[in-house]
Amino acid sequence: MTGNELAIVALSLGIAARAVAVGLPLAVVAGWIMARRRFPGRVLVDAALHSSLFLPPVVVGFVLILLFGAQGPIGRLLDAAGVRLIFTTGGAALAAGVMAFPLMLRAAREAIAAVDPKLEAAAAGLGAGFWDRTFTVTLPLALPGLVAAGVIGFAAALGEFGAVITFAANIPGETQTLALAIYSALQVPGSEAEALRLAGFSFASAIGALLLSEALLAWGRRRAGT
Amino acid sequence: MTLAVAVRRRLGALDLDVAFEGPEQGVTALFGPSGAGKSATLAAIGGVARDGSVRVALGGEVLTDTAVRAFVPPERRGIGWVYQDARLFPHLPVRANLLYGKRRAGIDRGIGEAEVVQVLGIEALLPRRVAELSGGERQRVALGRALLSQPRLLLLDEPLAALDGARRAEILDFIVALKARFALPMVYVTHSPAEVAALADHVVRIEGGRVVAQGAPAALGFAGEETAEVVEVAGAAVVLRGLGGGLRPGDRVRVVRG
Repeated sequence: MTGNELAIVALSLGIAARAVAVGLPLAVVAGWIMARRRFPGRVLVDAALHSSLFLPPVVVGFVLILLFGAQGPIGRLLDAAGVRLIFTTGGAALAAGVMAFPLMLRAAREAIAAVDPKLEAAAAGLGAGFWDRTFTVTLPLALPGLVAAGVIGFAAALGEFGAVITFAANIPGETQTLALAIYSALQVPGSEAEALRLAGFSFASAIGALLLSEALLAWGRRRAGT
Repeated sequence: MTLAVAVRRRLGALDLDVAFEGPEQGVTALFGPSGAGKSATLAAIGGVARDGSVRVALGGEVLTDTAVRAFVPPERRGIGWVYQDARLFPHLPVRANLLYGKRRAGIDRGIGEAEVVQVLGIEALLPRRVAELSGGERQRVALGRALLSQPRLLLLDEPLAALDGARRAEILDFIVALKARFALPMVYVTHSPAEVAALADHVVRIEGGRVVAQGAPAALGFAGEETAEVVEVAGAAVVLRGLGGGLRPGDRVRVVRG
């Protein structure tokens, strides 16, 4: 790979890392609520949390423009605070994170649902309050699944195209991630080799992420084994 | 440390309505068939269940009173639990399991790690992983873990039910030893008359969601352990001296030689 291609890969990895760093903790909290709490409107909340999975990515990007654009309700507040997301690297991470969120949520919810609530009750009987038992029993037991959630989210964020190009545009060095760079290369005659190399990296990272998440889940099953 | 319990709850088809008082010391057995409401009563004492109409007071302190919306959460009751399934934390080594409650106790009732480890014979298990333990070993660690949380009351929910015959006798012996050593009041749920006879000081007999009898084990027909002397052996017939009254032809007597 050329220096330019390495820069694209590095930018993509950075954007995916930021998407997971913000998205995964939110996915864990939402996953805990969906796994452990019953409340009215739960089905609607679940559908809303998963919406980006079923919407065309360009629609998600458009919604982000409406919310976070310079005229959007959140965008205006951020603007006043000196933060701009649209057409920036941070915006690309936001778009990638929103698209990857449902995948992380599903994996996190399953990991938490798999923790036996009787163990949490046992911890309570031993004097551990809610936060104590969440951090010493629930989350450690769910940890392999939660890390797998992060890996899956990272892989998804790395390959995100539609929402990123809609919300953050295709600016080389700022928002031009792997998928956007491949797309751009395909528009320029003679750049097929570059497209092929970037596509090869995409392929390798996707396979690597899947294998890693499977290994993590197997570790989790071994650990919870009684 | 009198325990006063009154529970009225609907549990599926069962209409649970029990009230009893446990003595200050010793073991109160909740005895009855499966589905009679024993475990649901225990859950109310421990603060795991709070639906229906419940009042639980321990040593004068009200822990649950649904009439005035009083409720102390399980983690602040100072009540230890031993379950049928040991419920050890699989991600922690045995010693960390053992000390989980002790580290959170906030009070020292003088139940020390060394003593518990010695009484339960679990020294060799401490560095091991939970997955490597047998059922009986797990239950011993679970007993130690509950004791070390420095409870003022210990709840045991059929702690022998998941074990095979030999392990069952062994763990029962450990519980008898713990009772003698730590003078800790216990509420013990079981459907085994042998466990009641070996352990209980007070029996609350629960059937179909109601208390049908309560009192001393002997008064309810649970014979305690007695010793008798063999005075004569004539062929297949053995004459024993020292057994209390109440024996009838057809009764069974367990013999410990020695």
